[in-house]
Amino acid sequence: MTIPEPRFDPSAEAGRATDGILADTLHGTSRGVVVDSPPGAGKSTLVVRAALELAAAGRPLMVVAQTNAQVDDLVLRLAEKEPGLEVGRLHSSDSDAYDKALDDLANVRKSAKPGELTGLPVVLSTSAKWAHVKNVEPWAHAIVDEAYQMRSDALLAVAGLFERALFVGDPGQLDPFSVVGAEQWAGLSYDPSASAVSTLLAHNPELPQHRLPVSWRLPASAAPLVSDAFYPYTPFRSGTGPGDRKLSFTVASDGSGPDRVLDEAAESGWGLLELPARTTPRTDPEAVGAVALVVRRLLDRGGAAVSERSETPVPLTPDRIAVGTAHRDQAAAVRAALAGLGVTGVTVDTANRLQGREYDVTVVLHPLSGRPDATAFHLETGRLCVLASRHRHACVVVCRAGVTELLDEHPSTEPVQLGAAVSFPDGWEAMMSTWDTWSQHRVPWSP
Amino acid sequence: MSLISALARMEAVESGRAQPLATVRHRHVSARPLVLVPLTTAGEAGAPLGALVGTDADEPRLLVVTQPRDRDLRFSFLADLAEEVLPYVDSFTDVVEAAERSEVDPETGKKVKVEVELCADAPQLIVPSRAGIEYVRLLGRSTRFRRTAEQDPETPFPAPPRVPLLGRWLTHYGDRARVPGSSLLLAATDLLNRHWATGQSSLEDQHLGALLAWLDPRDGESGPEGALRAEVGRDERGQLLCPPAGPATDPAFDNRLLAPAIERYDRARLALGAAEDGEAADAGLGELHRAEREVRRLVASQLKPTWDAVWRALGLLRELPEGARVEDRWTRDRWSFTGHRDRVVAGEPPQPRQDDVIAAASKLANRERAQGQLEAQEALDDPLVLAGRRLAGEAFAAEVAEVTMAWTESKRPAPRPLLTVRTEDRPHLAEKAKVFRSLDGKPQAAEFVRYEEDGSLVLRLLDRMGRSKEPAAGSVPEKGERIAWTLFEHEQRVGPKLPEPEETPWTHGGPPRTDAVELPDAVTPEDVL
Repeated sequence: MTIPEPRFDPSAEAGRATDGILADTLHGTSRGVVVDSPPGAGKSTLVVRAALELAAAGRPLMVVAQTNAQVDDLVLRLAEKEPGLEVGRLHSSDSDAYDKALDDLANVRKSAKPGELTGLPVVLSTSAKWAHVKNVEPWAHAIVDEAYQMRSDALLAVAGLFERALFVGDPGQLDPFSVVGAEQWAGLSYDPSASAVSTLLAHNPELPQHRLPVSWRLPASAAPLVSDAFYPYTPFRSGTGPGDRKLSFTVASDGSGPDRVLDEAAESGWGLLELPARTTPRTDPEAVGAVALVVRRLLDRGGAAVSERSETPVPLTPDRIAVGTAHRDQAAAVRAALAGLGVTGVTVDTANRLQGREYDVTVVLHPLSGRPDATAFHLETGRLCVLASRHRHACVVVCRAGVTELLDEHPSTEPVQLGAAVSFPDGWEAMMSTWDTWSQHRVPWSP
Repeated sequence: MSLISALARMEAVESGRAQPLATVRHRHVSARPLVLVPLTTAGEAGAPLGALVGTDADEPRLLVVTQPRDRDLRFSFLADLAEEVLPYVDSFTDVVEAAERSEVDPETGKKVKVEVELCADAPQLIVPSRAGIEYVRLLGRSTRFRRTAEQDPETPFPAPPRVPLLGRWLTHYGDRARVPGSSLLLAATDLLNRHWATGQSSLEDQHLGALLAWLDPRDGESGPEGALRAEVGRDERGQLLCPPAGPATDPAFDNRLLAPAIERYDRARLALGAAEDGEAADAGLGELHRAEREVRRLVASQLKPTWDAVWRALGLLRELPEGARVEDRWTRDRWSFTGHRDRVVAGEPPQPRQDDVIAAASKLANRERAQGQLEAQEALDDPLVLAGRRLAGEAFAAEVAEVTMAWTESKRPAPRPLLTVRTEDRPHLAEKAKVFRSLDGKPQAAEFVRYEEDGSLVLRLLDRMGRSKEPAAGSVPEKGERIAWTLFEHEQRVGPKLPEPEETPWTHGGPPRTDAVELPDAVTPEDVL
């Protein structure tokens, strides 16, 4: 655990970075600006602020996000910051195309037709919807959110709509994927299955690149591990110090595995609940049961969190807890197990769907738990990074023993493609380094 | 691997026989496919050693390159291959039916229907394995830019007349093979692996001989025994009992049999060239022919077992009835074939080395749509595939327990009946999740409302009930009906229109440069060894 040097002032560092980004965006000469943001570094805050300043400068702005939930979230944040600003929400023609909370906002105009939103200072939509917008006057500026999760071909479909753009995203999260093979284009600068940012930078290497240096979400216990394991060449710090966040329980431990791992996680920020080694199906009933039990005990023991947001302990409610898995059937199995224990309101989802979300405590079913092999899917750096970086206080990892042996037996064997950028660190290395740390917080399973 | 295919594999291990993964055939198998079994020379990329090719299982045409490093012999092999493949392709180009296609009228910008030709059937190329598909691509890549003497009288090494055209067709077929569900170019191993599960690893499933040992065993032999014999069994001369399906050959064959035979051929050629009188020349010619026959015999000995195996595989597949929606996908293949025919006729240049920005993106989008469509169609065509999706929580079969009429609350109420259905499946239904059933071949949507106390599901039907207040006859299920619902859509949405190449945006490098003309492959020193 590193103690921040006394001179490191996170707010000042983050402020300097933001000022630089806004200066390049508003007054720079290049057509694009790229911002790399580690988990919880205030990406959405930056997007909202840049949007408001661009709107204030009178530049017609379009915002491209990747999912409807992200778009709605940005609309709500914009309206909260600047209720007087007229905002357009372009949505699909499906029923339930947008969050009904938007209906209560007076200055938000919603439409499935871009023509009905022309002239508004800011229009927001998903990249999928923007791709269908044709024959309109281009916008002066665009903000592309989650640009590392956007595919190159999706950017191709919308890039004609704007003159200049600010691209914001987290390079450490899950890369975009394709359900069919795209190897034939690997190594091309415009590989349609690559991320939008990699294509953008391959064709425009001179664009200014910034990064946000401070994670406000991750606690001091987690930032060093996540930074070292997933962002070795672009390190970041936590915005809070070691004593700023505290997790405590009103009910004492009963000595069982779940209780002891919760105490370990409350104390150190990480906990590893290790079940006996065994090869299992994906929905390993014992591991799923252990995950559910940890969540149940977390609620039963009256967890409470103290942080820089509140000096008095805030009770840990189900909505502040998430369970993360690699596969959808695992998530479904955990949901069923939680329902069996009478737990409701806890988010259970796959890494893909947890991207961009934030909780106080997370319980993670390790992607390699119980597996006979380590495939590229399970070794993907981004998946593990998402799972290990959603929490503000503590993260409990549930896994079967034998991960190091499994990793030793399955070195990375992905073919190297000529001309394709190799991502560092590779998933194998990230798996190993996170496992080393978590092993120091190991609690063996006992009922 | 899905749970159901894992189960099928375990059952295959237990029984020693392959187990079905499908009850219908999910790929089109032509009445008259062209089978191509190619072999390549070890250590030299793109140097063909030989091939068996033809449309009749009993009458393959054997093509052999007696000295694979001889460029002239290689060209004559390609010319012979073109003489086999192109007449076959041509036999399909003229049989057409009238079809309609919507095109954008350049003057008005509106979509109009245009009457066009669609080839009534398309040529189908079958190779033994995936490596064979790769080899078809390689042959296409190495020949489509060649210049014939007619195209360029100056070219130092002109290709035989039809070889570049062969390259263009092979390239088209190799590219089309990447579209999920397409059947223009198929590998026998892929076909078998789609329809049956064996008790071996998926890597071993790439071995056609081992695969057939599980599927169609010899008398009294179990799958694993037969597969082991096919993979490693050797005769007294150290040769594999079941030669690899190629295009790579077995090193033991290369070293012990092929290399000496080719050396003998080389010596005979040298001797013939050095012959000083007619008698020596006659003797030399006799030896050359004997040497050539020996190489041909050896290559044929490696090709014939695979040739027979491919036809056996096709026979097994023909025993399965064709899935109902296979025809629909084959029609797309026919469009693809017709489109390329038109490009060739129009005198367009060969396919470029690399797709440009727009082509790459639109191909990827098309293939993703084809993949989604294939998965949905296979499940709708085949109860066994649907069972796999049900087991994965992506579909469920349910009995209608109750139908309650309800309407939308608007001035013109539309029917939105509520169905209470009972199922023993466990679908992963989120709140308001959409589910679909097939009604007269078209999808009908419903949304998940809630679980009842007794575990049954309540669904609200959303569409395809007509315009009036009362739903159209037959559009609402009746009590007691058993219906399969899927959580996935049955049809794929049309993707966004991509910009024209000359409107490529700045993020992707801007419009292509018009001054960079693609030149044919340059001649390298390796070309004239």
